Amino acid sequence: MSAKYRFISFLLILAGLGIAYFDVANFLKPESFLYSRILSVPFKLGLDLQGGVHLTYKADLSAIKPAEASGAMEGLRDVIERRVNAFGVGEPLVQVEKSAGGDQRLIVELPGVTNVNEAIKMIGETPFLEFKTENPNTDKLTEEEKKDSSKVFVQSDLTGRYLKKAILDFNQTTFEPIISLEFNEEGGKLFAKLTKENVGKSIAIFLDGQPISVPNVNEEITGGKAQITGQFTPKEAKLLVQRLNSGALPVPVSLISQQSVGPSLGEKFLAKGVMAGIYGMILVSLFLILWYRLPGLVAVLALGLYTIIILALFKLIPVTLTAAGIAGFILSVGMAVDANILIFERMKEELKKGKNLQSAISEGFSRAWLSIRDSNISSLITAGILFWMGTSMIKGFALTLGVGILISMFSAITVSRTLLLAIGLKGESKISKFLFGSGIR
Amino acid sequence: MFIIKYRKIWYAFSLLIFIASLFSIFKFGLKQGIDFTGGALLEVEYAAKPDVIAIKQKIEGLSLGNAVVQPSGEKNIIIRTRDLSEGEHQKVLSAVLSFGEGKEIRFDSIGPVIGKELKKKSVTAMILVIVMIILYIAFAFRKVSQPVNSFYYGLMAVAALIHDVTLPAGVFAALGHYYGVEVDTLFVTALLTVLGFSVHDTIVVFDRIRENLKNNGSKNNFETVVGASVKQTIGRSINTSLTVILVLLAIFFLGGESTKYFSLALLIGVAIGTYSSIFLASPLLVTLQKFKSRR
Repeated sequence: MSAKYRFISFLLILAGLGIAYFDVANFLKPESFLYSRILSVPFKLGLDLQGGVHLTYKADLSAIKPAEASGAMEGLRDVIERRVNAFGVGEPLVQVEKSAGGDQRLIVELPGVTNVNEAIKMIGETPFLEFKTENPNTDKLTEEEKKDSSKVFVQSDLTGRYLKKAILDFNQTTFEPIISLEFNEEGGKLFAKLTKENVGKSIAIFLDGQPISVPNVNEEITGGKAQITGQFTPKEAKLLVQRLNSGALPVPVSLISQQSVGPSLGEKFLAKGVMAGIYGMILVSLFLILWYRLPGLVAVLALGLYTIIILALFKLIPVTLTAAGIAGFILSVGMAVDANILIFERMKEELKKGKNLQSAISEGFSRAWLSIRDSNISSLITAGILFWMGTSMIKGFALTLGVGILISMFSAITVSRTLLLAIGLKGESKISKFLFGSGIR
Repeated sequence: MFIIKYRKIWYAFSLLIFIASLFSIFKFGLKQGIDFTGGALLEVEYAAKPDVIAIKQKIEGLSLGNAVVQPSGEKNIIIRTRDLSEGEHQKVLSAVLSFGEGKEIRFDSIGPVIGKELKKKSVTAMILVIVMIILYIAFAFRKVSQPVNSFYYGLMAVAALIHDVTLPAGVFAALGHYYGVEVDTLFVTALLTVLGFSVHDTIVVFDRIRENLKNNGSKNNFETVVGASVKQTIGRSINTSLTVILVLLAIFFLGGESTKYFSLALLIGVAIGTYSSIFLASPLLVTLQKFKSRR
């Protein structure tokens, strides 16, 4: 009987060691084929632990028909994703979210970004290109108004919407940067019409409401190409071309929430969370061994295996670890041994009734099951609702707690029963009575 | 069993802390964090100890409404204002950094709309958890209908639950009033976890009552059965909570600022939850049964 359980225990311990190696492989960095393929999966850290910024934008869909809203949001997501990818940060996240009140939102998470201000500028600003013509009523303007370029020029139909692409060039003699614009078919026609009507006059090119170039028109321009020569540095010109090419935002957005954590603070949170976890586990182990003796030791082994499996699952699912998530995991360590305590207390009762050790062990496990199941379901209900409710921080907590409870039911019941039966004590000697006793007696 | 016999003493004690908690909540009110009210929080770490008063004066000059500047630890300051646009954020940051070498280590700005939504979600989640737990217990104990209907097990568990979340809320209302401790979404998370855990303990006792009723419920009266059940399970109730309290103490003392008050709320909740599952939920079942049989 116990030979079979000894073999299974041996397998469990072997599997545990294997998974433990997977858990720590990132820190050991062994050079092997296996490492590069499987073992290199890292822990996924939340923004609060690795530093970074979480931005929430509200999209203004007032100008869009309700039926087209989700399409517009997808377009918005694509454009912002392209802009975000230009930063080259690791694993940015851009997702559409519908709020309870029906607002359409866009969540942008940039891990490891240091210059948040720059990032916000790049994401939110629409490079808004306009072509304006001279105001026919310039004579009627006051001296004051003549200085205001937005009054001197009036809007035409041609805007950045008709842009196909922008290219950076340099003047062959002066080496000044030139931005070449290529319009799409419709834009080309508009541009031809615009230049034809304004021969001998000037056309102003406005970027974000400011005139950047006011060339004179000598003749009609067909072919849909235009050039901007302004006072740019090469760097500015390059950035502008990038922005023009990533496209205009289909709908206006406004930043409604911003949360950023510096990397040094995140590191501190992480180190402290890990420390709390280690000490918490030591305290629980000490208590179990001192109070429940041999079964306590078995419970500690089961707890060890539990931790190993959970950490591997965190990597594989992957679970994004936040400060609250780590707290949830540590809390689940305290709850994981609850099932063991219920079982051991039940075992003691059965022993008191005069059963022999082997049958007390199996009775203890089978009879405690109902209350373990019922009591854990209530915690799972809470974890489920928290996950549903979740902001990212709370989701992390709910997920680690929920996964923890599920795995602990396996480790506390299956693993510790196998180990206890493998030891195979008969229970008649004084020593085994002491080992299965509890408390201070 | 003395716990059942002297139940009026525990009722009085529970009523006392319940009323005290309610008093604290209504007198002081819960001080809500920026994730509920909207607002901004900026933390800066200086190379040397900063001049908080001078910084305060400068920030007040920026006309951002009620700005609060507090030192945090040795070299850090925390500034709280209404929610800030990115332009205003940069203005505050450059003002603050003109006082010495330092860097921004944290900035949160949450719009009032998001705050309102989170508050609504928190309340919904609370109600949902409570309803689900009543239904779940009523379902789990559906075969037990004598002498007390299974529905009442759920109801008593929830009475204990409400008692369990009121105390941490009361304590945090007082902490908010005297030490400026704010309640945020993490606090709500802690309360919801307490709900789940408190029921966990109560179910262990109820489960034993269920088993004892099945085995010898006909021989003994309800009070004796409940008393025996509590006596049989009190050891494990205390021990299961003790392990949770041990890890929570580790988080409280070692886990760092961001989870300190979170673990405190859990500690208070778990401790009172253990008390209520032993001293409140089961005795209440007996009282209820007596009340019904008298009628």
